[in-house]
Amino acid sequence: MSDNRFDRPLFWQGARDILPLILAAIPFGIVYGAMAQSAGLTQWQAMGMSLFVFAGSSQFIAVTLLASAAAFPVIAMTVFVVNLRHMLYAASLMSTANKLPALLRVPMAFWLTDESYAVAANRLRGKFDDGRGFYAYYMGAAIVMYLNWQLCTWIGITVGEKVPDMTNWGLDVAMVVAFIGIVVPALQHFAHWACAATSAVCILLTYDWPHQTGLLFSSVMAILVGITVLKQQQKMATARAAHE
Amino acid sequence: MSDYWWLIVAMTALTFLPRYIPLALAGKIHIPPLLVQALEFVPIAVLTAIIVQVSLVREGEVMLSTENHYLITSVLAFVTALVSRHLMLTIVVGLVVFSVCRLQLV
Repeated sequence: MSDNRFDRPLFWQGARDILPLILAAIPFGIVYGAMAQSAGLTQWQAMGMSLFVFAGSSQFIAVTLLASAAAFPVIAMTVFVVNLRHMLYAASLMSTANKLPALLRVPMAFWLTDESYAVAANRLRGKFDDGRGFYAYYMGAAIVMYLNWQLCTWIGITVGEKVPDMTNWGLDVAMVVAFIGIVVPALQHFAHWACAATSAVCILLTYDWPHQTGLLFSSVMAILVGITVLKQQQKMATARAAHE
Repeated sequence: MSDYWWLIVAMTALTFLPRYIPLALAGKIHIPPLLVQALEFVPIAVLTAIIVQVSLVREGEVMLSTENHYLITSVLAFVTALVSRHLMLTIVVGLVVFSVCRLQLV
């Protein structure tokens, strides 16, 4: 088998694994499409934002701020801050991206979302695909996510004002339980639990910070605590080994 | 081109760059081993914050009560995941619990 062969079974596996998270994204896509129009975007602009920006929370923030007549630089800066968590995601994928040609990293980055990252991180922890295999798996998950987002945006634009506020229907619970199913099995050492606990406590203290900066702060604090505990434990283990 | 299109262009760049820069740099810069280890905590750190925020913060306030269906669902999904370590089972249990709560079957 040549190195360049695209692994189709892995592609479809990725597409299947992201389905529960896609269910959760449906109402958000539709509500976004409806909101974008009432915020003053044309149909093509509303669609264009989904096609080119492709970041749910950024798009919601943009149309909400537009509706409240915020200045463009304010909107752009807010979007940037909200997206900084993606930088953490991308950084954690560096050791895998390392094995891929530069060109393939462009679509990988463009399609990086909470959902595709959650599924990818789960895969990386469990199975040891080569770079190409992981890429096929990731693309399967990411492309299904992307197409679904476009379709839902289009539905939202089409039905427009007639959309009831589906964000209150509770479909986002699918996303939360899927994330729980991914995070819990990853809690294998004390350092992991310390990281999760820190994240939970910090977000409860900072959830009301503007523009999701609390999310970023909590994540960084949790990573710092996790790595500190891990290093401390390794130091203690080394000391014990030296003692014996 | 109308102003809104310029906003979309700016947003596209500001969304793409944070996602792309680390991937573009992979293999080109040396990442200290300590940073590699730290980045392994990213999924736990970020996803836990999202889980706790959605489960506990309802309409802008922390809602620690049995009236909070998200909280009940998350706790039971957490227990399921802890015992079974099975993703699909966790999702199914979570969705069933939430539906039962919503429909007030118990």
